[in-house]
Amino acid sequence: MASYFDHAATTPMSLPAIEAFTEQIQQLGNPSSLHTQGRSVRKRVEEAREAIARAAGASPSEVIFTGSGTESNNLAIKGFYWKRLGEDKNRNVIVISAFEHHAILDPVEWLEEHEGAHVIQIPVTREGVVDLEALKDIVDKNRERIAVIAVMHSNNEIGTIQPIMDVVAIAGDIPVHTDAVQSFGKVAFDFTQLGVTSATISGHKVGGPLGVAALLLRRGIDVTPILHGGGQERDIRSGTLNAPAIVSFAAAATDGQIHREARYIYLRELRQYLIDSLTAVVPDIVVNGDIEPALPGIANLTFPGTESDGLLLLLDAEGIASSTGSACSAGVPRPSHVLLAMGLSERDARSSLRFSLGVSNTRAEIDQLSSVISSVVERARAALSRQ
Amino acid sequence: MKIIAAMSGGVDSAVAAARAVDAGDEVIGVHLALSSNPQKYRSGARGCCTIEDSHDARRAADVIGIPFYIWDMAEEFHEGVVENFLEEYAAGRTPNPCLRCNEKIKFAAVLDRAKALGFDAVATGHYAQMRQTPLGRTMHRAEDPLKDQSYVLAVLNKSQLDGAIFPLGDTHKEEVRREAKRRGLYVANKPDSHDICFVPSGNNAGWLHDRLGTEAGPIVDEAGTKLGEHQGAYTYTIGQRRGLNLTVPAAGGVPRYVLKIEPLTNTVVVGLKESLAVSEIEGEKAIWCGPVPQAGQEHRGYAQIRAHGEALACTYSTDGMQIRVLLDQPLLGLATGQGLVIYDEDRVVGSATVSATK
Repeated sequence: MASYFDHAATTPMSLPAIEAFTEQIQQLGNPSSLHTQGRSVRKRVEEAREAIARAAGASPSEVIFTGSGTESNNLAIKGFYWKRLGEDKNRNVIVISAFEHHAILDPVEWLEEHEGAHVIQIPVTREGVVDLEALKDIVDKNRERIAVIAVMHSNNEIGTIQPIMDVVAIAGDIPVHTDAVQSFGKVAFDFTQLGVTSATISGHKVGGPLGVAALLLRRGIDVTPILHGGGQERDIRSGTLNAPAIVSFAAAATDGQIHREARYIYLRELRQYLIDSLTAVVPDIVVNGDIEPALPGIANLTFPGTESDGLLLLLDAEGIASSTGSACSAGVPRPSHVLLAMGLSERDARSSLRFSLGVSNTRAEIDQLSSVISSVVERARAALSRQ
Repeated sequence: MKIIAAMSGGVDSAVAAARAVDAGDEVIGVHLALSSNPQKYRSGARGCCTIEDSHDARRAADVIGIPFYIWDMAEEFHEGVVENFLEEYAAGRTPNPCLRCNEKIKFAAVLDRAKALGFDAVATGHYAQMRQTPLGRTMHRAEDPLKDQSYVLAVLNKSQLDGAIFPLGDTHKEEVRREAKRRGLYVANKPDSHDICFVPSGNNAGWLHDRLGTEAGPIVDEAGTKLGEHQGAYTYTIGQRRGLNLTVPAAGGVPRYVLKIEPLTNTVVVGLKESLAVSEIEGEKAIWCGPVPQAGQEHRGYAQIRAHGEALACTYSTDGMQIRVLLDQPLLGLATGQGLVIYDEDRVVGSATVSATK
């Protein structure tokens, strides 16, 4: 039996998404063309835009389709930075939480190295929540100089949900971007109600296809584009619209919206079952991050005295997929910057694995995991102690 | 058996992994990340452990159909191999980092980890043969004399060798390339790597210079008379003739060679070719690849002091810790720090680090 516990990396496409994709991929027409075929595809794209807007609590004109979550985050960060710096040359400060995804961290680092940005990181607590007092202090001291604030809606490695409405209140008229890739479709997410200026959502995390995402950007607010050539999406993002992927993304988002609450309850129970089952066999496991409020399906666990890539290898050999966090370009697993930001030691960060559950997972799969975990942990401990 | 195949991204380790699978073993491919700051591309035959190499290793594992992971050994490699390389040079010795890497990384850190995780052995693409003989499981030279790597494996002790598998020892390199092609491995024509992998420029002296700094010192003859000046004694090797920039000409214009490097006084000693001759070698920190030769007795065998050097007929004796070698014919130029490997015909007896010569 193969057990896939890496749904936060990517999750199977839902049936409605597969049907929509296979249907649309057979339709001829570039949505920007003016003839019958073009208009016909355009109609499907606009229906999809409306469906995604409904699911995300945004208005259709606030949905800008992109090619990936990484692209959406780059567009928001660089777009706001250049736009606001262009308006006022002293506005070169970017404020981000210390445990953002690399799709935020890396463009910010790039702007720091190449474009004169000054970056301030908001510390996060041991429980995995951004420190609002620290943010208040940062904003008070730098208000006039801040180009953009970015805080993720929920953390991809530990699942904790962030107090975005409080961040928005502190920010005042400073733009706030939130990376909601992990939250959208899994927990309540309403773009308008949150009050953020922009948000990233992605297709393949909600049962849609790879290669499509969106930047939700409040009406009337523009950012400096990164891609030029055609101006398809509000003149903010150029490139032929990927109609089959967009239509399929919308089908997945709608399906997610319909079943969200039932799935939330199922996944939360399953996560608790996983934590209880593993703790029963390996009692010194530590659960990282508050489990409420959080994404229902993420369990980030430290297995003291092990090296997580050893655990991953042994579990993989048993047919069980888990995740160690990010790897560098050479493929070398690195200690999670998220866990380090929360104050875990490098040793503990290197001993942590993420299990992320999806609706296809069952208790039987978790039973399989519990049946092998103690021998896996024992071998991983031996491997570390010999170093 | 459950085996870890160490895959560098080159043709040899790819074919070795494939052969281990053919032998019916359960094989997992592992690429060792040895640099914490890897280069993107390999340039010619120089360097290894680039991102391109790790990609090549991954693709080879895909073709063979085995799981593949990357193990981070950068810290161990830096401490155990790179730092040691610098220390040895700074102490006036000439180390061989490949020996050190086999001893401390591939068949120590990797093998230990593999065993702890439940694997039985590590397979590599080295050219050497393990054979079952009346003396036990012993290591022998490879079938292909041009590729024989038993010299750089002679630093492995009996228990390390018991966890080592060399599937290519009975095959010539050209046949390995043909086999890679037959198996659809696109690394079949990838150039062999040479030189020192962590010195990607190939310029050892420049690399050492950047790290050990420049400290001028005297170049003297055997009587101690100053003949010139150098910019760092470690950039010289024993037996070197060119690039000495001596300001005092030799009597009769005979060429002079580096005889000795004295790190404490930062002095390079030069002299005539005859003074380079070595007929007695002492080695310390002996490692035995098979049974330990009887102490207090003289044995006949062959000594080798370079990776692809000649096998020199000799008589040797040992107390188990040190090896003393009397060469039948003197050799020219041998530096302390070099690896001394003893062979009994084609069987590797053991090795030691050259500590003194006469």
